[in-house]
Amino acid sequence: MLTTEEISEIETEATHYPRREAVSIDALKIVQRRRGWISDESLRDIAAHLGMSPTDLDSVATFYNLIFRRPVGRHVIMVCDSVSCWIMGHDRIRKHLSERLGIEFGETTPDNRFTLLPIVCLGCCDHAPAMMVGADLHSDLDPRKIDARLEEYK
Amino acid sequence: MMTALAEKPLTGNMRPDGSPLDLPAYEQAGGYRAIRKVLSGGMTAQAVTHEVKDADLRGRGGAGFSTGMKWSFVPLGKDAPNPTYLVVNADEMEPGTFKDRLLMEQDPHQLIEGVIVAGFAIEADIAYIFLRGEYTLAADRLSRAIAEAYERHYLGKNILGSGYSLDLHLHLSGGRYMCGEETGLLNALEGKRANPRSKPPFPPVVGLFGKPTVVNNVETLCCVPHIVNNGAAWFRGLGRTKDSGTKLYGASGKVKRPGLWELPMGTTAREILEEHAGGMRDGVKFRGLLPGGVSTPFIVEEQLDTPMDFTSMPKAGSRMGTGTMIVLDDQTCPVGLTGNLMRFFGRESCGFCTPCWSGLGWAERILQSMEEGHGKPGDIEKLASQAKMWAPGNTFCSLAPGAADPLETALKYFRPEFERHISEHRCPWR
Repeated sequence: MLTTEEISEIETEATHYPRREAVSIDALKIVQRRRGWISDESLRDIAAHLGMSPTDLDSVATFYNLIFRRPVGRHVIMVCDSVSCWIMGHDRIRKHLSERLGIEFGETTPDNRFTLLPIVCLGCCDHAPAMMVGADLHSDLDPRKIDARLEEYK
Repeated sequence: MMTALAEKPLTGNMRPDGSPLDLPAYEQAGGYRAIRKVLSGGMTAQAVTHEVKDADLRGRGGAGFSTGMKWSFVPLGKDAPNPTYLVVNADEMEPGTFKDRLLMEQDPHQLIEGVIVAGFAIEADIAYIFLRGEYTLAADRLSRAIAEAYERHYLGKNILGSGYSLDLHLHLSGGRYMCGEETGLLNALEGKRANPRSKPPFPPVVGLFGKPTVVNNVETLCCVPHIVNNGAAWFRGLGRTKDSGTKLYGASGKVKRPGLWELPMGTTAREILEEHAGGMRDGVKFRGLLPGGVSTPFIVEEQLDTPMDFTSMPKAGSRMGTGTMIVLDDQTCPVGLTGNLMRFFGRESCGFCTPCWSGLGWAERILQSMEEGHGKPGDIEKLASQAKMWAPGNTFCSLAPGAADPLETALKYFRPEFERHISEHRCPWR
């Protein structure tokens, strides 16, 4: 079941578009912001609310990498692996994160604190290497700085 | 006669501390004069389009198409299809590109004013800013600025009593590089997968929800108020070559001062690299650069004196693209770097046509095996023949042709390094 707040936020966004299904990506993001990810149940509920088939909505949900169809940790770390960050030491950053958290890309720590994912260029190339944790951008990374930053996310 | 200071219409008003100009500060700096000029009856829609065409403003997203020309394809008047849409392509995802973020974070009203003027010119009813989801700071600042603009009646019904109405919505994307492709973006805005559409028809005739739609890049629209205020001749005079205006140029990689600079259009690649970026860091040497994102062909030392503009770069076998260069140094493996590019293109492709879903992965695997010391004789030829098959005409959109450009030029300029990977059965940089 979608909550009243979720429905109200979806309906507000829906007024921006002439067709109801156009709000599908916004709707997925609205629900994900509250629940962390999009479960099969959430998907069915959103589809029903928008008058779409769950299959149609899933073809959209699985296309976009910022929509999570599997559970994620409390904080999602997205590490830029595009060219400028790669030149400036992405591999070292990735290795450090993997060793420190004990997980690879696509995995979540057993305490459910962090999920580690790769991401396309974050537009922070003059301060590479870069990553996001949740909605926050972190740049000019080195292993020590990563350790300090991760402490801010409980 | 005194030499005039280099003009920086796009960034000159930005604050050194990086905080955004709010509406009063933007007006104080001369902002929202352009919409007053056009909406007070000072210019017709056709006159605005004519001025922008005359200014020779070319699309700053990288393609360099004439903005005024694009606008002129939109049907105007009472009998035109309704509504008409204006979409801002703020889906900055071309690797190595970080220019639109600055414009949106530090001067959001400049973009909004550009949207209103452009909207007036094409008689748009509704505008969307299609912003990549990861640009959270830009999203906050744009939302606030849009609210301020509505409060001042710069947006909404009957703007400043002119009879012109425009609504502006901010759409946060769900991700994927494909959304930067004009028609993929329109599909994403319609709530679909961001597959590209067959063209023609082109969006100015049949676009968003089947209606006339103009899609313009952020930097392009930011130029528009200045053209209206100062005229086409002034804008053309800003450029150092035949190309008009200023350009946000950038540099990343192992240069001394990576960054972003607003400079006259046509500044040479060497000047950007050596003077503004400070040249290479100590201990590394220059090998080549991708002039404007990863979809542009490499250039090397002998092409560095080429002006970075839409007209000159093709003569040197490359393109300006987004104008933000990625610099390759001698301590970085060109094969590894090319592999990184192919992995990016393969992952971000929508998987719709064969050159992408079949070819990109193949190229990535060949490059990966070379890096691991398993390269075989014939691999270079395989890569070259793949790149040929990704040419325009064989694909639905420009993603695969964009991938072919750096691959083909890497094979051309760094061929001995590719050969060494095969003959030595290892990556010499590891």
